[in-house]
Amino acid sequence: MHDLLIRFLIGGSVVSSFALLGEVFRPKSFAGLFGAAPSIALATLGLTIARHGHAYAAMEGRSMLLGAVAFFCYASAVSWVLLRCKTHALATTLALMPVWLGIAFALQSLLARWPA
Amino acid sequence: MMVTAKLDALKEIKPHEIALRFLFGGACTVLAALIARRFGPAIGGLFLAFPAIFPATASLIEKHEKEEKAEIGSDGTERGRLAAGIDAAGTAIGCIGLMGFALVVWRGLPGQRAGVVLVEALLAWVVLSVGFWLFRKGALDPKDGPGSIQLGPQHPD
Repeated sequence: MHDLLIRFLIGGSVVSSFALLGEVFRPKSFAGLFGAAPSIALATLGLTIARHGHAYAAMEGRSMLLGAVAFFCYASAVSWVLLRCKTHALATTLALMPVWLGIAFALQSLLARWPA
Repeated sequence: MMVTAKLDALKEIKPHEIALRFLFGGACTVLAALIARRFGPAIGGLFLAFPAIFPATASLIEKHEKEEKAEIGSDGTERGRLAAGIDAAGTAIGCIGLMGFALVVWRGLPGQRAGVVLVEALLAWVVLSVGFWLFRKGALDPKDGPGSIQLGPQHPD
């Protein structure tokens, strides 16, 4: 429980700090870079390494790479829809969330079948 | 187009907007840890690249742009949507940096000190994100060349 509380506080602080950095910079496309800042990873990897060791955290890093590919596809899809269709930002980002889930788990599933 | 830092923008952010991001960020960090405990690092690691506050951020950008236009008596619906779309295009480029961060963590951690690897990974994120943004800014900003996304006279930047 104590560990989760620490993660919550560190995670909240790191994520909101990167979000504030994104508010400061212009143009908007540059500010958008901070939307893909490694906030959760920075907040948790230190604790994960201390608790479970380097090999465990490295495996998380490998999966994070797949999650980042999925995030790239998801953010590209959101941008494409918002720039071309008359939809609201919140509805679009939530409606397209299955893109991230689908691609992330499909890539993970493919990797799991890959011979070591 | 030059990158500028507008510190005054921080004054326009309402405390509940910061609180919302703090809660989302904290909740997603805890969720990632719980998923890793339950399903192992292979599944838990995916959630280190979860778009945690992306929907909230896009929604707030749209809202801010609409409010700005409303102050001068215009309808900022279109402008707000385009601003959120351009921000999302930047986030997609940032994801290339995020891939670099993950790659450095994956390949670097087994043989090096954790602190060194995390600093190297963060540097990889910065270099790749900014590098690809500089490479693509012509396509993201209509003033910088042909083949650009045409946003018309209400370009939010």
